[in-house]
Amino acid sequence: MSGVRVLVGTKKGAFVLTSDGKRAKWEISGPHFGGWEMYHIKGSPADPNRLYASQSTGWFGQQMQRSSDGGKTWEAVGNKFEYEGVAGTHQWYDGTPHPWEFKRVWHLEPSLTDPDVVYAGVEDAALFRTEDGGSTWQELPGLRNHGSGSKWTPGAGGLCLHTILIDPTNHDRIYIAISAAGAFRSDDGAKSWRPINQGLRSQYIPDPTAEVGHCVHRIAMHASRPNVLFMQKHWDVMRSDDAGESWREVSGNLPTDFGFVIDVNTHEPETIYVVPIKSDSEHYPPDGKLRVYRSRTGGNEWEPLTKGLPQSDCYVNVLRDAMSVDSLEPCGVYFGTSGGQVYASADAGDSWVPIVRDLPPVLSVEVQTLPRRGD
Amino acid sequence: MTSRRNVIRVVLPQHLQTLARVGSEVALEVTGPATLGSLLDALEERYPVLRGTVRDHTTRKRRAFVRFFACEEDMSHEPSHTPLPAAVISGAEPFLIVGALAGG
Repeated sequence: MSGVRVLVGTKKGAFVLTSDGKRAKWEISGPHFGGWEMYHIKGSPADPNRLYASQSTGWFGQQMQRSSDGGKTWEAVGNKFEYEGVAGTHQWYDGTPHPWEFKRVWHLEPSLTDPDVVYAGVEDAALFRTEDGGSTWQELPGLRNHGSGSKWTPGAGGLCLHTILIDPTNHDRIYIAISAAGAFRSDDGAKSWRPINQGLRSQYIPDPTAEVGHCVHRIAMHASRPNVLFMQKHWDVMRSDDAGESWREVSGNLPTDFGFVIDVNTHEPETIYVVPIKSDSEHYPPDGKLRVYRSRTGGNEWEPLTKGLPQSDCYVNVLRDAMSVDSLEPCGVYFGTSGGQVYASADAGDSWVPIVRDLPPVLSVEVQTLPRRGD
Repeated sequence: MTSRRNVIRVVLPQHLQTLARVGSEVALEVTGPATLGSLLDALEERYPVLRGTVRDHTTRKRRAFVRFFACEEDMSHEPSHTPLPAAVISGAEPFLIVGALAGG
């Protein structure tokens, strides 16, 4: 029987949750790296037992961990992230130039084909890659130096590169997103880049339709249709049908169009999920009701999914890397909260159960679908 | 300052003990002048996993929330060529690397 492994990064350690294909009973291991902020843990699609984990603290900086046995044991690998050439400056909160400074790795995106190749999105925003299983990391400077980098400004959470999507049909096409700069695309294996933000409208920047400056929170795609992208922006849920060349809003009847996560059902490319969050600055669900919203029409028409989720007095947040889907039938959907719960649905969102609660605040959730439990 | 070989005791904070897979105290052999900088060089040479955790990889500056204590003195702000106290060099006292008290 197939199984699933849920990789949970929290503010105080990592946890690995496993279950069989029924997704009813869960075993929890952890905390791994207790006391460290685990921004992201992700497995290689080419070798599911090869995991990479970003580990950091304000005290001792960045570490990178690698597992070759599905998270049972780990080894520290390379933690040196140096910007290529003269680092230069980006725009600071007060409008002045500010030197690029490495702070941490937000997101890890393993290659679709090679377990030793991984992309890393970092703060201050840049893209790095390892080709030796994490021992050494090299910046791919074409992104930061493509022309608009000096205009990028940190969002409240920092100037972070948090989303990396590799087109499964053309591995040279890569999408990334930065808060608060926007979305960018490379068509030549991350050598050169250009902004893809046409159609985004952000009232909180001087020119609402500027080429860069948009606070994109997350982008998602379905593997079968890599030209169709879904975006949760700071405000607005957006959709592109032309690989990011243009975007249109599909927020429709959502109670608020602010949020962080967005994901696509593994079996239905027009079925997408978001978790609406109230903002300015509250960053908790409207009316104290934790609701996932599902659209089966690729946006615009949304239905609240509430069964099993707290519908009163709930004031948690769901951060941008904290939703994931498995590839079982029906599609499993998972998300983690700032209150330390990880909720799972084994029926494509119709009903939910907390598969663990009372963890430290959840930063990221990734799911691996395994051929057999424990493999 | 002395130029002979010295074995210096270093107390590490818990998270660095875990990373380096050692106990609370390690003994480091320092060849040449026993300074703040040469001690940290010896630490990173012996435990490469600690590179970047105490000092920045490139600038070699102390990370902001790391402190160096020895003989009840704060050496955090001393330049790297500062000689270690005699009691640390002799092994009578340890050199302490401390994670600063800072919330969270």
